[in-house]
Amino acid sequence: MAISGNRNGSLGGLLAVGAALAFMPMMGFPAFYDSFFYVIFYWISLATSWSLLSGYAGYFSLGHAAFLGAGMYTSATLAVKFNWPFLATIPAAAAVAALLGCGIGALVFRLPRLRGELFALMTLAVTFVLATVILNTPIDGGSGVFLSAVPVPAIIKSQTGSIYLLGLAMCIITLAIAWTVSHSKLGLGLYAISDDEDVAEVKGVPTFRYKMIAFALSSGIAGAVGGVHSIYVGFLTVGETFGIAVPLSVILMSVLGGARHWLGPAVGATLITLALFGFASAGQTIIGRAVVALLLIVSVLCLPEGIIPTFLRRRRLAAARRLASAESARVEQEAAPAPSSASTPAATPVAVDVSNLKPAPAAQDARVVLEVEDVRKSFGGLQALRGVTLDVREGEILGLIGPNGCGKTTLINMITGHLPLSGGTIKLGGEKISGLPAHMIARRGIARTYQIPRPFVHLSTLENVEMCVRFGGRGSGAAREQALHWLSFCGLEQRAQAMPVDLNLRERKVLELARALAAKPRVLLLDEVMSGLNPSEVDTAIRLVRQIRDQGTTIVFVEHLMRAVVQLSDRVAVMNEGTLLTAGLPEQVMRDSRVMDIYFGHGHAA
Amino acid sequence: MPSFTLLGQALVSGLLAGGLYGLLGLGLSLSWGLLRLVNIAHFALAFLGAYLTYEFGTELHLNIAFALLLILPTFFVFGVMLHWLFKRFGVGEFGSLLVTFGVAVIIESLIQWFWTADFRRFETPYASSSFKVGPIYVPALELAAFLTATVLAGGAWLWLNRTYVGKALRASAEDAQIAAAFGVNHRAQSYLLSGLCSAFAGVAGVFIALISTLAPSQIWTWLGVVFAVVIIGRLGNPLGALAAGVLIGACEGLAMAVISPAWAPVVSFSILIVILLWQPRWL
Repeated sequence: MAISGNRNGSLGGLLAVGAALAFMPMMGFPAFYDSFFYVIFYWISLATSWSLLSGYAGYFSLGHAAFLGAGMYTSATLAVKFNWPFLATIPAAAAVAALLGCGIGALVFRLPRLRGELFALMTLAVTFVLATVILNTPIDGGSGVFLSAVPVPAIIKSQTGSIYLLGLAMCIITLAIAWTVSHSKLGLGLYAISDDEDVAEVKGVPTFRYKMIAFALSSGIAGAVGGVHSIYVGFLTVGETFGIAVPLSVILMSVLGGARHWLGPAVGATLITLALFGFASAGQTIIGRAVVALLLIVSVLCLPEGIIPTFLRRRRLAAARRLASAESARVEQEAAPAPSSASTPAATPVAVDVSNLKPAPAAQDARVVLEVEDVRKSFGGLQALRGVTLDVREGEILGLIGPNGCGKTTLINMITGHLPLSGGTIKLGGEKISGLPAHMIARRGIARTYQIPRPFVHLSTLENVEMCVRFGGRGSGAAREQALHWLSFCGLEQRAQAMPVDLNLRERKVLELARALAAKPRVLLLDEVMSGLNPSEVDTAIRLVRQIRDQGTTIVFVEHLMRAVVQLSDRVAVMNEGTLLTAGLPEQVMRDSRVMDIYFGHGHAA
Repeated sequence: MPSFTLLGQALVSGLLAGGLYGLLGLGLSLSWGLLRLVNIAHFALAFLGAYLTYEFGTELHLNIAFALLLILPTFFVFGVMLHWLFKRFGVGEFGSLLVTFGVAVIIESLIQWFWTADFRRFETPYASSSFKVGPIYVPALELAAFLTATVLAGGAWLWLNRTYVGKALRASAEDAQIAAAFGVNHRAQSYLLSGLCSAFAGVAGVFIALISTLAPSQIWTWLGVVFAVVIIGRLGNPLGALAAGVLIGACEGLAMAVISPAWAPVVSFSILIVILLWQPRWL
């Protein structure tokens, strides 16, 4: 993705192009060219602003016309009715649109399970409501607003030239914002939200705040663009402003160019504006629209990622292939034994007989780091947890076992803050963490893995880990170096550049572990890391978990594989039907008749 | 405050107009809920049906039954072809929204090219016929549309809940892999449903031609309200779509009478926004 690689050059290039284009109106071309270029700038700004929320975070908005229209009517009203100087109305237009965006966001982003389509329709509905309100109040009054008496700010002598410069400035500012966002922590968080919002929150991304910032930026820029555009069109009508054309055009442009890349919408906007103009000037407006629509269909079917990301991926693949072929040539030349297998310890079966290594019993007087007190959870009528109380001591490995459906994973979901508690409290280091949003809990030092790995599919292995370093918030030093450290700690450094789809199950499980470790947690919650691994992979994983504990991390692990439980656990806690049955040393717990009842059925001793 | 007769008249007109919303929403709701495809082209198809009805009626002077005979099978095939395209390229929910938007624009261009952007009105003897129940006038065409919507929605509900194919479709919407493991042939059934949804658009189109004035740009005016109807009525639930259509129609009718006709659009979207924020269980 765009976030990898240090390409400050593109920002410099953007500014250089902008500066060069700024001289165009002085070159003495016919005024037509000013307007023509203005329209391109207009669509680039609009499509790019749309992608800030909808492209990066994946919340498709059909309401971009609402923000554009809010900006247009704010500028027009202030300039016509209140005689504000036109340039001063543009920040006001941006502010009004951003406030509208924040208002919608504050309502809808609080909803627990907001599905993407519902967000899209919600924004569409807001557009129609806003249009009706403007039409039926003195803002418009049904007859439209003329800006004929408003003087165009005389930046240069020609009027069209001044509008051109305003449009160019908007366009450059918008692209610079898009570049900055996509290369910042905010952008990384938004990409993660787009891939898997729940996981992003648990990994420490303040999802609500990030979505709000992105929505405010997106709608605010659209408002400012609308402010400038009001003077370009000169006459505002509700029908033209709030139609379906604006949202659908910006979606088409962004999707065509690549909505997740900062430059994608600009490329799409330029291509489509040129195509539409070409057909219009040939007198074939209707055919032009149909051709652009056909283009949309073909691009969604054949280039679902968009032009720019597809191009970048092809180039990366080609580079990797060149590198690989050069490598293999070198290896053949040297005729040396391939070193690759030796450098991936995690992939090789370990000969050490791990069963002989007794777990170091944690000191009985060790400090309690995680306190779970009478935690309850019900889903409707189903009581998943009926009051679980459990202390986890500093530096221990606690095995959490119990039959399927007994509430182990629910308990983990409670501790990480993924689900709200129905009752009880959870404390970390004596401090209450239950009730905090999940990302705050993550930053206090709780990390988890998922039983079924849930990597961010559009980020590479390295970026997945790096993201957790940056949002876990407890490490220090360069994020990339730390991410590489954790990848090689887990033996996954060879796959750093691979995308998650290319990883096998073991590698995905190890990636889960590396992501959790990257946050440098005080307490690490492992949800069935061993399931689906073959015996030698299990040995490797057991060694890895010990190494993690030796660094001072407290570990709670849910596991069905008894060999791992016995070999790893300092203490074992057994759950059944939403309650904690018993907790204690592995040997004691395993001999407990109630535990044997659960696992072997009643009357096992007979 | 308007008189009770006026309010009653507004309510009846609104209810009947809601039948048309329900009729349009039916196919959309089924394909969205059961096939996970958001079909914006549904509106364009309905208008294509309306223009074809208009053409048959005014230029060829054929009975509306002939229009239906031609439109239903053609649209069915179109729906099947569209679904083939989605299957072939593995298009998801958002992808389908974009692709069908493209299809809608192409159909709109086609209509504009063939029938121009001018308003067209299909004059029929039924257009002004109505009968009186007490003090309230009931327009015949709107009533016919309402009854058709009721029959189709009821039939679709029975089909989905009482027949094997319908149950299999609902099972596949829930979890396609598990349904397939139990021997559900989702492929064939989804083609059938997709074709039927397009045919429903054709039926709605015939009534649009009979009841309202046609212009290519009108394709987009129905989009917002019908989407609201489909969401409120719960995706994939034919009776829900009809009920939501009637609810919104009635509210709009009352709003037109009590406040002013211009404020009617606010009603449906306010209902939608409130329901989305409230997030009731049936949504």
